[in-house]
Amino acid sequence: MSTTAIRVENLGKQYHIGERLSTYNTLRETLSERLKIARKKDKKDNLLPETIWALRNLNFEVEQGQVLGVIGRNGAGKSTLLKILSRVTEPTEGIAEIRGRVGSLLEVGTGFHPELTGRENIYLNGAILGMRRSEIESKFDEIVSFAEVEKFIDTPVKRYSSGMYLRLAFAVAAHLEPEILVVDEVLAVGDAEFQRKCLGKMSDVAREGRTVMFVSHNMSAILRLTEETLVIDKGRLLLRAPTSEAVDFYLSRGLTEEGQRIWLKDEIPDQSSPFRPIALRLLDQKGNILETVRSVESFYLELEYELSKNIKGLRIGFYMITSRGEFVFTTFDTDDPKQFEEYSSRKSGFYVSRCEIPADLLNAGRYVVGVNASTYRIRTYFHDEQALAFNVDASGAPGTQWPETRLGPVRPSLNWEIKNIENV
Amino acid sequence: MSSKSQTDLTVIRPSNGWAALNLRDLWTYRELILFLTWRDLKVRYKQTLLGASWAVLQPFLTMVVFSIFFGGLAEVPSDGVPYPIFSYTALIPWTLFSKALQDASRSLVASSHMITKVYFPRMILPLASVMAGLVDFMIAFVVLLGMMIYFDIFPTGNIWTLPLFLLLALITAVGVSFWLSALNVLYRDIGYVLPFLTQFWMFITPIAYPSSMVPEQWQALYAVNPMTGVVEGFRWALLGTGQPSGTMAIVSSLVALLLLVSGMFYFKRMERMFADMV
Repeated sequence: MSTTAIRVENLGKQYHIGERLSTYNTLRETLSERLKIARKKDKKDNLLPETIWALRNLNFEVEQGQVLGVIGRNGAGKSTLLKILSRVTEPTEGIAEIRGRVGSLLEVGTGFHPELTGRENIYLNGAILGMRRSEIESKFDEIVSFAEVEKFIDTPVKRYSSGMYLRLAFAVAAHLEPEILVVDEVLAVGDAEFQRKCLGKMSDVAREGRTVMFVSHNMSAILRLTEETLVIDKGRLLLRAPTSEAVDFYLSRGLTEEGQRIWLKDEIPDQSSPFRPIALRLLDQKGNILETVRSVESFYLELEYELSKNIKGLRIGFYMITSRGEFVFTTFDTDDPKQFEEYSSRKSGFYVSRCEIPADLLNAGRYVVGVNASTYRIRTYFHDEQALAFNVDASGAPGTQWPETRLGPVRPSLNWEIKNIENV
Repeated sequence: MSSKSQTDLTVIRPSNGWAALNLRDLWTYRELILFLTWRDLKVRYKQTLLGASWAVLQPFLTMVVFSIFFGGLAEVPSDGVPYPIFSYTALIPWTLFSKALQDASRSLVASSHMITKVYFPRMILPLASVMAGLVDFMIAFVVLLGMMIYFDIFPTGNIWTLPLFLLLALITAVGVSFWLSALNVLYRDIGYVLPFLTQFWMFITPIAYPSSMVPEQWQALYAVNPMTGVVEGFRWALLGTGQPSGTMAIVSSLVALLLLVSGMFYFKRMERMFADMV
């Protein structure tokens, strides 16, 4: 007999952007924010909406024992959905009914304390995840052997290698044995061997008849583990279909935002720090946000970001990619040798790296901008291959007197010379 | 167990206004309070040189300073018992209280990584901070017993009431902690307000001086501070000083309960925003 394990009805979550952009408030900031909002309302050039819906009008059901995948690009609302289902945050509207205990693997190792030993952390972490002491005791040996840390169980975890730490953290969470397991991207970490082990454990869980919701960017893992998948974009459910169909749909659509991209707190991986992307914008000459760019006019691409520490040798790169996935060009903000000298080190603070894309460069069509913040051959702080998408309109561009499609991603204005060599 | 929870239906919906306290949930997670308390203590004592002696040193050294300046130089009366034991008896519940405020107000912010990743009743965090202070209190209390032997003071027959006064101190600490920890998520100003608040509160509590110095007509108002009731109660139960005033005990208890209940409701109201704001 199959029963419903999760039922979601008209679920929605609204965030106040101000709330999410600044990490914390002081009374003074709150007061001045209020004044600013009051003033903004008078003007109409209010660029940022005050609130956004991270999820809206979501309806679906999950049968008991089903393994359901959830895919969507960064910021689509997947993590928000899992956070609501695991009761970390509350929905703004709608209702979700859950039958049975929910175990969440939103992040492994929550509450691990470096000073405590492996044994102590197993108990602590288990309790945080909602396990009873007796339950942890009965699974203790299993957890330790899964994590392969028998020899170091009484060593403080600060002396563990990152692999050991991760294995132990995953082992505790994986032995929680909830009726419903909610997994978010844990497989993005760890070496290949560890990932295989995690995937194996997850399919075991599924075979035992428990319900799993699995969010991942790893399409092969989604294809391997799930039968059915939800595609979420801009907080809405676009499609629910057998996984192979859903993955095709997701990959073939450029699911990206218009004109600007704002990174929310939970879209930025912890590893990015001290780099924190704030927004990527497409701007015209006057600084207005554009959704559609004219081929005959130049425009700006700017990335706003914050460095919480000084970084040496940081470079911000933009990739221009066609909707078919071909690279048009790659550019870095310190390509110019002078800039390269001047910004060899950036102090902590807020920055904007802005690049002018000249007129008469891109052909009509849809383009995707990728962003990269890295130090050459040392470290990639942040990388988003589909940060923003936009359309180029070619009206007025060279050759538009003929309403035909031009081939190729660029549409330069080139000097042609036409000579009459000989009159007949 | 699994067959039971199989039928457990959790309904997740937006809570509005003053949410229900949901104390059953807190009970289910009671073990977590102990684990977190134990973690706080363990980590603290692993990382400090003097470990558990800090629990004693803090009130003890304050007592020494008070004895020299207030008891010795300023000749503040001490209700007929030696000044050192007079002030130390007050300082141990006070240290429990001020330390609870200090740790609990930071507890939510310090555990933001847990709040944004896992569900558990958030009230557990300030509660565990207060509980950790209780262990320090026990250690400091042993020293008090030693001092009583040294000064040759035998506890009064009212010593059985001591747990009640300790409970009063805990209720007050927990109530104020709920307020401060929730406020601190929204406004980090709390970090700046707190040292001032604790200092001010210490002056309006009869720690360095006896409450008998306060004029009769102000006694009822004075007891609005529940810590007054706690400190006077401790002295009365242990040293036999001061006359137990029924009004003072009732006023202090009522205010403490008011702090606790209002703190719980305010905390609950703010709780749903923690994961998004912290």
